[in-house]
Amino acid sequence: MSDHPHAFLALFLGVALAFPLLMLAVAWLWVRFFQPAKPGPRKNATYECGLESSGDPWIQFKAHYYLYAILFLIFDVEVLFLLPFAVAFTGLPTGAMLTMLVFILLLTEGLVWAWARGHLEWK
Amino acid sequence: MSDAPPSPGHTPFPAAGNISDAEREDLRRHGILLTSLEELYGWGRSNSIWPLQFGLACCAIEMIAAATARFDIARFGAEIFRPSPRQADLMIVSGTVTKKMAPQVVRLWNQMPEPKYCIAMGACAISGGPFKQGYNVLKGIDRFIPVDIYIPGCPPRPEALLHGLTQLQEKIRAERVSGPQAARHLQPDAASEFPVPDYGAHDLQPPSNPTLFKPPVNPRSEGLKD
Repeated sequence: MSDHPHAFLALFLGVALAFPLLMLAVAWLWVRFFQPAKPGPRKNATYECGLESSGDPWIQFKAHYYLYAILFLIFDVEVLFLLPFAVAFTGLPTGAMLTMLVFILLLTEGLVWAWARGHLEWK
Repeated sequence: MSDAPPSPGHTPFPAAGNISDAEREDLRRHGILLTSLEELYGWGRSNSIWPLQFGLACCAIEMIAAATARFDIARFGAEIFRPSPRQADLMIVSGTVTKKMAPQVVRLWNQMPEPKYCIAMGACAISGGPFKQGYNVLKGIDRFIPVDIYIPGCPPRPEALLHGLTQLQEKIRAERVSGPQAARHLQPDAASEFPVPDYGAHDLQPPSNPTLFKPPVNPRSEGLKD
């Protein structure tokens, strides 16, 4: 055993790999020698709580939800970051200040865009 | 108690080779455990039955009660009710199967992987129960899926369900792994899928699975044929 303090992690990794592989191997051998696989159209059918599945599963989502994503980022996530930013404002180094300003600028861009498109109007 | 012969339920198989059951039991008392792959397989499966989480009528309430702390189905290793048929071993048909519900029940049964077992719980699941003469209730789930254990009662108490479960465990433990007596799921030509009936205008189409359900012959009508 190595003297490295984290050498036991290698052992853990080995066990973590060997255990599932052993289980899968035993299951595979069992099917190979004893239990024949019996797939079928009814058995492999989509599980819908017992009902027959209807319609195409490749449905299209409405792309308009991107708007909520943008506005959510501005009014929720940005506030979350602005609070610690305001608390640590006086002690920030230049790099951190620039990063934060770029972050705010990116989100403000979204706000300006949404404002200009009239998405903020209450209808 | 030590002088009593081992109960037949305790050693379901004749021991391999020339060792008799009594000799094996004697060895077990001395701390030597002999077993076979078959026994190990049945023992493991019988103590980890995962039922399908699905209830149809008032029997389901008793099934829920059996899962609670007072009756505690976990003592028999069957407490993991799975919400998906893909992960379940046991279908407890707990309650009235209406004709509208029957196709869904059969479809769920088909979607369960082998090995799978079915318990018909209560009078309705066995025969239609008090609704047998009605128009809208299936007269027994065994018309469409193979039932392993029937639990009578209206509804059966949780103890009855637990008894049915232990009976099923005995059945699983007694199943053979190979040979002509092998369990159904181990036979390559045994059916694993059963046709799902259609909910027709007047009745289920077909009203029963003829390969599974053989209605008892009325002796009086037999006499008329001669």
